[in-house]
Amino acid sequence: MTESNRLASGRARIDSLEMRGITKRFPGVLANDHIDFDVHFGEVHALLGENGAGKSTLMRILYGLYHPDQGEILLNGRPVIISSPTDAINLGIGMIHQHFMLVQSMTVAENVALGLPSSRGLLTDLDRVSKRIVELAEIYSLKIDPSAYIWQLSVGQQQRVEIIKALYRGAALLILDEPTAVLTPQEVDELFIIMRQMVKDGHALIFISHKLHEVVAISNRVTVLRDGRKIGTRPTSETTKQDLANWMVGREISFAPDRGNVERGEIRLKLDQVCCGSDRGTPGLCDVGLEVRSGEILGVAGVSGNGQCELAETVTGLRKITAGRVVLEGEDVTGLAPGELTDRMLSYIPEERMRDGMIREFTVAENMILREHHKRPYSRFGFLALSDISTHAEKLIAQFHVKTPSRETLAKNLSGGNIQKVVLARELSRSPRVIIAAQPTRGLDIGATEYVREQLLEQRRAGAAILLISEDLDEILALSDRIAVIYEGRVMDIVSREAATPQKLGLLMAGVHPEESAPAT
Amino acid sequence: MISDLFSTTVLIGILASGIRLATPYLYASIGEVFGQKSGVLNLGIEGQMLLGAFAAFYVALTTGNLWLGVLVAMIVGAVMGLAMAFVTVNLRAQQGISGIGFYLFGMGVSDLLFQKLLGTVETVKGFPKIFIPGLSDIPGVGEIFFSQNLLVYIAYLLVPIAWFVLNKTTLGLKIRSVGENPDAADSLGVSVARIRYFTIILGGILSAVAGASLSIALLNVFQQNMTSGLGFIAVALVYFGAWKPAGVLGGALLFSMINSLQLWIQVLGIPIPSDIAVMMPYVLTILVLVAAVSRVRAPSALTKPFERED
Repeated sequence: MTESNRLASGRARIDSLEMRGITKRFPGVLANDHIDFDVHFGEVHALLGENGAGKSTLMRILYGLYHPDQGEILLNGRPVIISSPTDAINLGIGMIHQHFMLVQSMTVAENVALGLPSSRGLLTDLDRVSKRIVELAEIYSLKIDPSAYIWQLSVGQQQRVEIIKALYRGAALLILDEPTAVLTPQEVDELFIIMRQMVKDGHALIFISHKLHEVVAISNRVTVLRDGRKIGTRPTSETTKQDLANWMVGREISFAPDRGNVERGEIRLKLDQVCCGSDRGTPGLCDVGLEVRSGEILGVAGVSGNGQCELAETVTGLRKITAGRVVLEGEDVTGLAPGELTDRMLSYIPEERMRDGMIREFTVAENMILREHHKRPYSRFGFLALSDISTHAEKLIAQFHVKTPSRETLAKNLSGGNIQKVVLARELSRSPRVIIAAQPTRGLDIGATEYVREQLLEQRRAGAAILLISEDLDEILALSDRIAVIYEGRVMDIVSREAATPQKLGLLMAGVHPEESAPAT
Repeated sequence: MISDLFSTTVLIGILASGIRLATPYLYASIGEVFGQKSGVLNLGIEGQMLLGAFAAFYVALTTGNLWLGVLVAMIVGAVMGLAMAFVTVNLRAQQGISGIGFYLFGMGVSDLLFQKLLGTVETVKGFPKIFIPGLSDIPGVGEIFFSQNLLVYIAYLLVPIAWFVLNKTTLGLKIRSVGENPDAADSLGVSVARIRYFTIILGGILSAVAGASLSIALLNVFQQNMTSGLGFIAVALVYFGAWKPAGVLGGALLFSMINSLQLWIQVLGIPIPSDIAVMMPYVLTILVLVAAVSRVRAPSALTKPFERED
């Protein structure tokens, strides 16, 4: 083997990897249907598809977590059998999981050393591991302190630990499963720099995503999957975002939803110097002041964990406010219970839709009346009016295009997108005056995302005041009239739609005022 | 009278028996630390202790060989651990409930065997005191620390050994990772099932030795339900000790000293109702747990069965 076939980490590179005719059946589902996929050194191959298209299944097969029913895997032209992650690691295949596989209470070095044989036999050799981590970090410009505990690190840093973990194990081919889902725009840029460095060095990278602009920005080739089948593979330079989206969904998709011109009305929701605690005992919100008008969407952008949950919970009466007031249509509603806010036509689309948005063991029809089950027409004198409830459910299922076998199906058996439609149906069909929407499209695929966004815009046209809390900057930019950025529980700034750019918002999300970061003149 | 407690002889006596009485707590709690660190709550300690106590006692009584008694107890504990591991790891049982099941099983079977094989309370000549040359001659200190039997010494040796294994070995790293984030461990090729089998069986063995230490080293008798809740206190001690061997040692000593004190109160005929005296360790359990609550975070995956996400 010549020198050029080695990576900077000292491991042999993988020249090519090919998956041929991969088929995987789960009970009732054909997850992968004769899929061909290949990747070679020095490229980023993006794998694109909606939820349930079969991307994860295919990659889990490559990483040895699933075994294919049919098909073969060729490494450098020779067939290999990968029956466990250990096999994959030994072949030089690494995976960065969407949910980090890190032990929070252990150090970076301990996380890296876990599962590896030690040079000191039964004893750990963390000093040696730390030294090697520093070496690798230098080669790939990943800044990381081996003795830091994982819980002390930011999400972006934790991801770097995952990359180091794979490199340490000699990964020449790296599967990145939706790696940007949890990052700020700046962190995404940093990740891309690292990825380009790795590609230059001769690594092969598989990049899973459904964010089209990222796929276009980083990949050399792109393969699209839909419903378990491969639609095609193309060089990225020969495609556009629009092509890819249409390919992925199988129909025309609109990126810039039609916002229309909506007259802004009176102030419906006002937060005045609101403070509250958090579950961790630290301050959750500090002096937050916001106003949302009728016919307006106020977007709240920020990196996860900077007070978004607390904001949604204080406005909906789920969390105690320690200072300040919340005013709903001119009435001070500070400290009112969620039920009383419901009566004032406040609707809430919660972030954790499976936990806070519905009762998994209840039927679709029951979930659709949760908020107003105690009122007419759904109940009379304490008795449920079953026929009215059924009629109501049928109407909403049709109106919101909920794909469900029947109104009596248990909520837990629906897909993520349809669960969110049930929540939307319940919350939006009552003509709310104020809507709190927290991460309304998180985890949904393009089709469902498009639907949810259209519904929110529809409510805006109908004159509702909407507080949209989202960590997805594209979503914030596509929907909001004004954008508030929160950082460590404070509102950094509120900018108008016209003045907002991803760069500017990204800096604010990191706690930096753009003016401050500019060189003094 | 109360002032009797403060004579030198009595104080030394209280401390020496306190050191001795910590032995079963140490074995059982250290075993439980390993289990909980790997994410498994074993509430069946009490049952494992009773079976271990009976096995050791019966073998020692019939063969006269104490070490054979300990060995058989360890085997019995390992078998109990194996069963528990199967129920916990393979069948993914609710650990709080299955543990109580194992407790009741151990209690019932040890009682049955006692009635069938012995019938009456008998005594054995237990492990003799070993006087450590030189050290045991030191006034006071010698009697407290260096005039104990071998099972007591081994129990204390387990504390640094457990710390070392958990913190300085690759096995310890695996155990901790499996208890905190089994998905992460699994993704790196660590077998969650194998690690949990290991810790649960180890816990079973140590619990059985804890029982043996009662029946052939400390009390030298076997009686029905002779552990009287000691196994449950051992579980509480793990929480109290914040999942650290040294913390467990502190807790074990606190309880054994209180226990020793209440025994001496009864011996000296101090007019405190014996019911109240006997209650003290248990009341203390509750108080300590209330105080210790939320001080330190438990292993994240504690009591959660592991299943590879499909």
